[in-house]
Amino acid sequence: MTAVIPDRMARGEMVRRRRLRPKRIALYAFLIATALLWLFPILWAVYSSLRPYSETQQFGYVSIARSLTLDNYVNAWSEAQLPMRFLNTIIIVIPALAIVLLLASAIGYALSRFSFRFNLFLLMLFTAGNLLPPQVIITPLFRMYLALPLPAPLSDNGTWYDQYFGIMAIHVAFQLGFATFVLSNFMRTLPREITEAALVDGASVLRTFWQVILPLSRVPLAALSTLLFTWMYNDFYWALVLMRSGDKRPITSALNDLQSMFFTDFNLLAAGSVIVALPTLIVYLLLQRHFVRGLTLGSTTG
Amino acid sequence: MAASTNAAGAAKRRRRFSLLTRRDKITLAVLIGVPAVIHVTLVWVPTICSILLSLTSWNGIGGLENIKYVGLDNYVNMATVYPPFWPALQHNLIWLVVFLFIATPIGIFMAVLLDKNIRGTRFYQSALFMPFVLSLAIIGFIWQLMYSPNEGFINTVLGRNTESNLISWLGDRNLNLWAVLVAASWRHIGYIMVIYLAGLKGVDSALREAAIIDGASETQTFLRVILPVLRPINIVVIVITIIESLRAFDIVYVINKGTNGLELLSVLVTQNILGQGSRIGFGSAIAVVLLLISLGPILLFLTRSYEEPA
Amino acid sequence: MAFTRAALSRRTVLKGMAGAAGLLSVPNIIAACTSGASPTPSAAPTAAPTAAPSAAPSAAPTAAPGSVKFAATWSGDTDALKAVAEKFTAKTGITVKFNTPDPQTFSDQIVSYLQGTPDDTLTWYAGYRMRYYAEQGLLHDINDVWSTIESNYSDAFKAASTGNDGKQYLIPFYNYPWVVIYRKSVFADKGYTIPTTLASFKALGDKMKADGLVPLSFADKDLWPAEGHFDIFNMRVNGYQYHVDLMAGKAKWTDPRTEAAFTAWKDLLPYYAGITGAMGRTWQEGINEVVNKTAGMYFFGTFAGTAVTDPVVHDDLDFFTFPTLGTAYDSEMAIDAPINGFLMAAKSPTLAEDIDAAKAWLEYLASGEGQTAFLAANPNFVACAKDADTSGYVQFQKRMAEIIGSAGAIAQFLDRDTDPVFATQMNSFLQTWLNDPEQDMTKFLKSIQDFWDSLGIA
Repeated sequence: MTAVIPDRMARGEMVRRRRLRPKRIALYAFLIATALLWLFPILWAVYSSLRPYSETQQFGYVSIARSLTLDNYVNAWSEAQLPMRFLNTIIIVIPALAIVLLLASAIGYALSRFSFRFNLFLLMLFTAGNLLPPQVIITPLFRMYLALPLPAPLSDNGTWYDQYFGIMAIHVAFQLGFATFVLSNFMRTLPREITEAALVDGASVLRTFWQVILPLSRVPLAALSTLLFTWMYNDFYWALVLMRSGDKRPITSALNDLQSMFFTDFNLLAAGSVIVALPTLIVYLLLQRHFVRGLTLGSTTG
Repeated sequence: MAASTNAAGAAKRRRRFSLLTRRDKITLAVLIGVPAVIHVTLVWVPTICSILLSLTSWNGIGGLENIKYVGLDNYVNMATVYPPFWPALQHNLIWLVVFLFIATPIGIFMAVLLDKNIRGTRFYQSALFMPFVLSLAIIGFIWQLMYSPNEGFINTVLGRNTESNLISWLGDRNLNLWAVLVAASWRHIGYIMVIYLAGLKGVDSALREAAIIDGASETQTFLRVILPVLRPINIVVIVITIIESLRAFDIVYVINKGTNGLELLSVLVTQNILGQGSRIGFGSAIAVVLLLISLGPILLFLTRSYEEPA
Repeated sequence: MAFTRAALSRRTVLKGMAGAAGLLSVPNIIAACTSGASPTPSAAPTAAPTAAPSAAPSAAPTAAPGSVKFAATWSGDTDALKAVAEKFTAKTGITVKFNTPDPQTFSDQIVSYLQGTPDDTLTWYAGYRMRYYAEQGLLHDINDVWSTIESNYSDAFKAASTGNDGKQYLIPFYNYPWVVIYRKSVFADKGYTIPTTLASFKALGDKMKADGLVPLSFADKDLWPAEGHFDIFNMRVNGYQYHVDLMAGKAKWTDPRTEAAFTAWKDLLPYYAGITGAMGRTWQEGINEVVNKTAGMYFFGTFAGTAVTDPVVHDDLDFFTFPTLGTAYDSEMAIDAPINGFLMAAKSPTLAEDIDAAKAWLEYLASGEGQTAFLAANPNFVACAKDADTSGYVQFQKRMAEIIGSAGAIAQFLDRDTDPVFATQMNSFLQTWLNDPEQDMTKFLKSIQDFWDSLGIA
């Protein structure tokens, strides 16, 4: 049997190769066309953003550019006060990211290494929490934020509302679901022998966590970082509802404010959009592997 | 044999736990407790509160003493005298159907295509997935460049950009939902493709070869052999699709605040909190409807993820 | 750069005038707003406007200057307000700290803003909305400021600034009418004349169509512009009193008179720009249609001028009152002419220490000096203080003052005169109607009335 199959396979291969030639070409053509179609809106935005306003007013947007300029970028950058908004984003996203990863690793570790009766329940809670639409919780959350006290350095108005801390907190709480799911799945695959060896050697749970588990989890942590960074960066809703100060809003929510400013000037709007999209695009292009890995880990168990 | 090993293992672990130092036990409590408290307080407590608040009437001003219990009035009002509710529900369902039966299948199709040994597969994957890393708000802006009635790409190319013959993609309530769905699908398809591709790569090639030997065509191979094997991924993809379609908010809000044909349940909830007058109880009732619809896919995902013995 | 910073959301600018039915004595308001620009009616009860700087901070503490926090949410006006603040600081040494959020977002979130951590003072508008927040305890009364500035405003304005508890909460700053805007050069070129009746308006519309112009530009993406149209049709057909009653819930939407207003509107819809296009158009794009000569007229507030940054074009703009429709209320000539003003927020965390500074700031804003300083930069409005120097008014403002002066009744804008939750939904109702004006009116109006009833408004 085994002798027969390779021959048939080989013949099949050859047949496939010959028969598929035109099919392959068609496939490539289709793929190239689809890829270009997919990239078109982004490319169009970039193209529009590089054209001077006067030119597009004269010739329309669907025209060959007679000149290209970076003016729109300069204008968008300064008029929309993008540096300030980027700073807001950094203040909110970077700490939130670090905290989520830390907390998710912690609970992922504890739940994957040690069996408690409520393990399953907690994991289910976290997974479900990740899948809720934000609007389900926004109404009470909004009232909570207005009512809960927050001491001075973290809050300039005494409450959680309109504070960086408030947005960080909800990001952490909300993304904990996905992160815990991924990390606990991953940690379950780590061989028990490692942790058992550490425990036998007298390492405390904490030390095992820091010095054994975390380093071993570099791969899912990196993957999660790219995903979570992108999701937190792209957040529009939380800062829209839980913040009111225009100049504290992170970059994506701030875009809504900028709409009225740019409305009649598409070139500026395009430039602004490209600038705002740039960080996520760069993260994606450089760390694509991690991205995909993160999604994969998040969609399968073990 | 496996059972006894497991039992022995479990026993060992239990024994081990009780052998842990007190300090370790406290550490564990903190490691589990802190994240759990944060998550429960900011996600689950509000969820319960939403359900409770939906039975009240409150204008959002003043303290808890201003809350009035009104039973199911909010739900009755929502269904009978609140004009945007049924359209919003309908739009959410349309969104769901389009995602489930058009966008996701396209994503799966692209994944299947890219699963072959193709040169440049990285490029195609990147191109298709790129929209996913963009915020839906940015997508709203980018597509407005395409859809703008007078200066957008589509109308200019079609020659329909003068007053008398313009197509108002985003202003015509019969068209705008579909226009938005195109933009949203643009993003969704890449997402599904990546997940499914990863799943496909995990399929044992022996299965595929066996099918080919048996004379199955590619379509048959996919439908009869691969698809069933990918059941876990299929469920994930379905759940993600439903959840993403229920979460839609950013893009319609950025385009026209979710009105005139772009009403969605998520927008209605927000409208009742923000705005110059707010109806907290009423908004919560809409949120509960959203929650109930979401529970389906959530439970599906949970049972599927955790049906293996813990 | 003509295309930047052109945004001025009507929401922020337009927030209504005290529509308390019957509280406003129209002649007095006209006197207050148009001193110097039109003959003062005999009913003006207050002293002749003196040119003295009446807002001299007589009650302001001359002790440590301090500072006051101020939310300036009228987008195109921020620079002008800052100019006023500079003068104020030069005069009193008190600094004004500006918070300039996005106008639309600000008004969307006003409820949470006022309850959260508002600034000491903020820009806002008169009307039901002001009184609503005052009643909820979110505003701090400014009776003592009013006792100083009372002489500078007519009774009508004081009434407009008063809450349901009889205390004052608002400082009226400026107002402007809703009118039909057009370009003088276009009318001259094509030989159009200003229509004053329904028939002449329709004839003009027909002529414009024949000339390839859209007669009436329309833009409703921002949702509220349609309210202005409803208001004017309702007031022309049913009169000011009915309109105010309808806003307050005393008259019913199912009343045949309301239907008559919609019928009159439907009659003129053929002259409007295409509705589906309008639904995707912002108000700035609406006035642009007139500027670009693709449309002949635009029914809107005069603040549309803020979106016209080319001074040559701006000078070419003129306007007239919406024509009469041949009803019993023709002579009343009621219009929407909302007032913008300032409030003091009760829950500001810094109010306790800033209160004197805040009061001084409000006093200054109530003075002719303050208002003129503002209008110098912004000739799309007219001042409300009596001692405002109107000699510097440009033609645009003089026309505005004329129109306000000749109106027999002045209403707020719909969403200022009525319950906020209802108004938000009303936008949707109006859009539904505009998309299908032939629908069953009984059913449509009943759905509006049912919604009102479900809100449980007393």
